[in-house]
Amino acid sequence: MIAFQGVSKNYNSHAALADISLEIDPAEFVFLVGPTGAGKSTLLKLIIREDIPTKGQIFVDGVDITILKDSDIPHLRRRVGTIFQDFKLLPQRTVFENVAFPLEILGLDDEEIEKVVEETLELVSLREKTRQFPFQLSGGEAQRTAIARAMVLRPEIILADEPTGNLDTASAWEVMQLLGRLNSLGTTVVMATHNIDITGGLPHRKLEIQKGRVVSDSKQKGSKQKQTKKK
Amino acid sequence: MKNLPRLLKIAAQRVARNPYHALAAFLVMFLTFFIVGSFALVILGSNALLSYFESRPQVTAFLKDDTSEETVGGIQKTLTETGVVSKTKYVSKEEALEIYKERNKNEPLLIEFVTADILPASLEVSTYKLDDLATVADTLRKNTAVEEVVFQQNIIETLSSWARTVRNVGAAVAIFLLITSILTTLIVIGLNISLHRDEIEIMKLVGATSWYIRLPFIFEGIFYGGFSALVATLTLWGSYSWVSPSIQKVFSDIPLLSATAETFGYLLIFEVFVGSLVGIIGSVVATRKYLSV
Repeated sequence: MIAFQGVSKNYNSHAALADISLEIDPAEFVFLVGPTGAGKSTLLKLIIREDIPTKGQIFVDGVDITILKDSDIPHLRRRVGTIFQDFKLLPQRTVFENVAFPLEILGLDDEEIEKVVEETLELVSLREKTRQFPFQLSGGEAQRTAIARAMVLRPEIILADEPTGNLDTASAWEVMQLLGRLNSLGTTVVMATHNIDITGGLPHRKLEIQKGRVVSDSKQKGSKQKQTKKK
Repeated sequence: MKNLPRLLKIAAQRVARNPYHALAAFLVMFLTFFIVGSFALVILGSNALLSYFESRPQVTAFLKDDTSEETVGGIQKTLTETGVVSKTKYVSKEEALEIYKERNKNEPLLIEFVTADILPASLEVSTYKLDDLATVADTLRKNTAVEEVVFQQNIIETLSSWARTVRNVGAAVAIFLLITSILTTLIVIGLNISLHRDEIEIMKLVGATSWYIRLPFIFEGIFYGGFSALVATLTLWGSYSWVSPSIQKVFSDIPLLSATAETFGYLLIFEVFVGSLVGIIGSVVATRKYLSV
């Protein structure tokens, strides 16, 4: 689904990512863990072509997105939903309007938009909040609105950059459960977090990044352990 | 195209949410199109004035009281034979009185004591070329039946020069104001782009195309330019209709204010077109400069 081949990203002389090679399978749930400044957000930005690597290639569904034409970037982003720590909701739009935003951009008519948005808000348990504005929501509700907006186009991939960073423990678990549910429905989820606690106990793959390099991958560890057991 | 109503709505919301930006753009562009329109009317008026004087008899020879019709016929024949005269017309004392009465029909006091006797008969002469006026005037002066010769070469030359100056000054002022309007649109749209940075970032993240992000700003520019030009032209039309009767009274039968409803219709179309163009240029430059999509 997503493949990095020898990807490096430098900002001036600083190396944000150094020679990253990894593969993420369809319907996989991957945690990118590591301290602040490790390069997790840079990696996510490269997947949605918000930035381009200094070196290497990135494939999404077999397409090298590093050579994607500017006019094709919106099509890539419609297939990749994004969620952020600060929610990035439009303050002057209601919950309904925020979630409807990507559908409006696609040019759907109002009737279709209403149907899809209501279904999506039902999934994130926000049907009661449709007419409220972001400032009237709790942190957990705001993040669920952001998740609803990210999933309203039914993307194949969801990228979440510290989605629980601004939330209390209960809200953070709600968000994790929601992402888990999306993943169980077949969506590939890549979540960056510096909070190791939130990944503990969850069976998902963990990629640890430090100083721009992948220092451990639970998938490879698992397969190595399996190979050792076989021997 | 199916997104057009939504993009127009976004543009309208942005205008409504930033009323001071909108007002600044509107006032500058209103002033521009009001002044450009005023210059257009002045140029139109000066052309009408010039045509009026050009179409009038260009040399008028006032004849002595005892001049017979045969003598007048002789003068007309002599002039026609020169080949430079396009038209001659004899105006008798009685006809002069009729013309005087018609011109002063609203001033009974001026008519009351005037009779045909005190007005001179005259011979009105037009030439094909303005350059021949002086020769014709000299020929007439030498004739013993002629009392006085008046010719309009100086008036026409002065008017031509004046009309040229007005056109040049008008063009310079119009260019200056149009550049100011483009820059104002650029600044206002640039400010709005900064104000909507978060919204633009989210638009990009959810897959909006470059045009989906740019078009509302361009519509905003078109609105500032087109609407300002529309209001400016209508205001000019209203002001013109209000002041023209009193100005025209002063200039009597000279058609100085010749603009009709049709003229204003064309002016409206022209100004709204140029206004929209100014808005498009300003907003396209602003989106290219301040919007990285």
